[in-house]
Amino acid sequence: MMSRHTLSVLVENKPGVLTRVSALFARRAFNIHSLAVGPTEHPEISRITVVVDVESNPLEQVTKQLNKLVNVLKIVELAPHASVQRELLLVKVKADDVSRTAVLQVVELFRAHVVDVTPEAVTIEATGGEEKLQALLASLEPYGIREIVQSGAVAIGRGAKSMTDRALERINRPA
Amino acid sequence: MANVPHPAPPRPQPPKPALAPADAGAVAGEAMTGAKSVVRSLESVGVDTVFGIPGGAILPVYDPLFDSSMRHILVRHEQGAGHAAAGYAAATGKVGVCMATSGPGATNLVTAIADANMDSVPMVAITGQVAEALIGTDGFQEADIVGITMPITKHSFLITDPADIPARIAEAFHIASTGRPGPVLVDIAKSAMQAETTFSWPPAHLDIPGYRPITKPHIKQIKEAARLLATARRPVLYVGGGSIRAGASPELQELTNLSGAPVVTTLMARGALPDSHPQHLGMPGMHGTVAAVAALQKADLVVALGARFDDRVTGRLDSFAPGATVVHADIDPAEISKNRFADVPIVGDLKEVLGDLVAELEREQTQHGQPDLVAWWNMLDNLRDTYPLGWTPTEDGLLAPQHVISRLGEISGPETIFAAGVGQHQMWAAQFIRYQNPRTWLNSGGLGTMGYSVPAAMGAKVARPEATVWAIDGDGCFQMTNQELATCALEGIPIKVAIINNSSLGMVRQWQTLFYEERYSNTDLNTGHETVRIPDFVKLAEAYGCVGLRCDKVADVDATIKQAEEINDRPVVVDFVVSRDAMVWPMVAAGVSNDDIQYARGISPDFERDE
Repeated sequence: MMSRHTLSVLVENKPGVLTRVSALFARRAFNIHSLAVGPTEHPEISRITVVVDVESNPLEQVTKQLNKLVNVLKIVELAPHASVQRELLLVKVKADDVSRTAVLQVVELFRAHVVDVTPEAVTIEATGGEEKLQALLASLEPYGIREIVQSGAVAIGRGAKSMTDRALERINRPA
Repeated sequence: MANVPHPAPPRPQPPKPALAPADAGAVAGEAMTGAKSVVRSLESVGVDTVFGIPGGAILPVYDPLFDSSMRHILVRHEQGAGHAAAGYAAATGKVGVCMATSGPGATNLVTAIADANMDSVPMVAITGQVAEALIGTDGFQEADIVGITMPITKHSFLITDPADIPARIAEAFHIASTGRPGPVLVDIAKSAMQAETTFSWPPAHLDIPGYRPITKPHIKQIKEAARLLATARRPVLYVGGGSIRAGASPELQELTNLSGAPVVTTLMARGALPDSHPQHLGMPGMHGTVAAVAALQKADLVVALGARFDDRVTGRLDSFAPGATVVHADIDPAEISKNRFADVPIVGDLKEVLGDLVAELEREQTQHGQPDLVAWWNMLDNLRDTYPLGWTPTEDGLLAPQHVISRLGEISGPETIFAAGVGQHQMWAAQFIRYQNPRTWLNSGGLGTMGYSVPAAMGAKVARPEATVWAIDGDGCFQMTNQELATCALEGIPIKVAIINNSSLGMVRQWQTLFYEERYSNTDLNTGHETVRIPDFVKLAEAYGCVGLRCDKVADVDATIKQAEEINDRPVVVDFVVSRDAMVWPMVAAGVSNDDIQYARGISPDFERDE
């Protein structure tokens, strides 16, 4: 049974690390649904959020193989109920004098924003979980979607705890 | 037989004395070039031998290397340097070092790096890279070797700042030699070699916060494993190459004696437990002994020790050891439950695992007594007696390769190091030589690299000059890397090479016989009996300044081996002209269950008969 998992991977901020991580997925035939990478509150550490579709045993293999990469500091699986997950969507929709009002109503309904307007189209920015963004796109579909760009999911655990603290300790304490 | 006088090969300089222990001389901020810093770092980390070939991008390093205490062995092909470093490492447990220039020099190392990665060989490969300003411009002899080798190294570094050289090299050796050993690539831009820098040793600290191999096993799991081992009725110790890398043979022998359990040693673990040990059933797997394969299939407990449930051992995975509870000890957590679910996972250094396991098992046995394994041993002894390793005489009057290899083992003795190529001769060398010591059997198990044996034997002989080193090679394999005979002859590395010459790519031919209706597509090499003999291995040996011998009669086998044993001032190549129809048995065909092992063609043992 395939299931979807979100992994937060703390890595050293060094050249080639993203290649090592993504190549590992390809080589071990693990299926990446989305991947997002960015800086953290510590300049030495980057954070990769990777959403994978796997069976349960291979998920253990994914984390074990990732842990073998020398540049990987820490891996945490973020369960949906214990974390907040967001994707960013930019979508360009046809909107002329006739349809614009209806399009803007959809935007408002989904608490999205218009970031660019021309006489023929509007560009909409929305953030949210995958379901919300899919629903937004479905609502915009009838007006004519011209272009979509979407980020991979980023995720963070709920509560006061930080997953970077201990990883940072290791960086500051020489081996 | 060649009796023409040979030009005396130049005498090698005696091996330079071993360096003072690593880190002995601390150095602070000495000014020098990056190239010199590379050499000083290698010296400081304890390297005594480097196998390599210079070229444009590594050239700056070769200048200070000229004055170094390290011995550099100039190979004829970078692949030879890589396998030689692996042979050096496999024979000693120390890190093997190879060096090459950028581009083609580096890509020629790829096979050897992949080989070392599959077989967990501690190795550091130093490659030159084009100057930093040229990186990414498709400069002359530029190849992204870090990118190319990413999936086949344990780790890799690209150095562009000369100040990083000592720390990165120290990290490379630390990573290569600790945890599950493996190859580490250090790619150094030529601009970093040429720049002025300062050299300090030891480096202030190793910057590898994400690298923390676990060596100490969890006591709870050890206790559980001991309990299972004390109560199992049909236990078997399934020993892999990790036992050799961990240097765990003494502890393995203790556990074997204490548990009373049968032991199987995989292709990578031959020699981990002496073959003469009465509980040793031999090698499991595709060409394993019937008793070893049956022991795993019928076991109620499999204790895997530094093994990885490779497909060549398990056969069809879903029918492997179907009734067994599995204890799996390995230093690499990712191996545990990768192929077969482990009921008791143990992560740790095998030497520590076995030490702890012996202590716990003693405690269990004091409380509960020794387990009764009589019925189990009756069954296994019966299989050992009924289906011993053996061979049928050849029908073409040519030598039986198994006979040649048996005699090599018997005449040369248990202190000799054997390095095999890949194919039939490798399997026979694993089956018919009785190994008594760890690190005396070197071969390419995981990657199956034809061409491994001559350079690996060379590396082993450099590392252990007092030992006799035989390369057991096929006529196909030999032609892939025999250029290193020149290196051996010139550098004074008197290895011995036994070519098991069946004039064909023997293992492929065997499969064509068995599975492709004897259609011998592209497996005839024309090197053997009644062929054009291209090349003539005796003449080839002589051309390389080696002694070349040929043996094609069974009556001459012993005398020829003895003659080769006595030549120690130059390499010897013996062309053993053997039958091409000899096949490797027993055999579990690829993708079928181990239960369907054939003892010989068409003969399937019945494991259950005497149970």
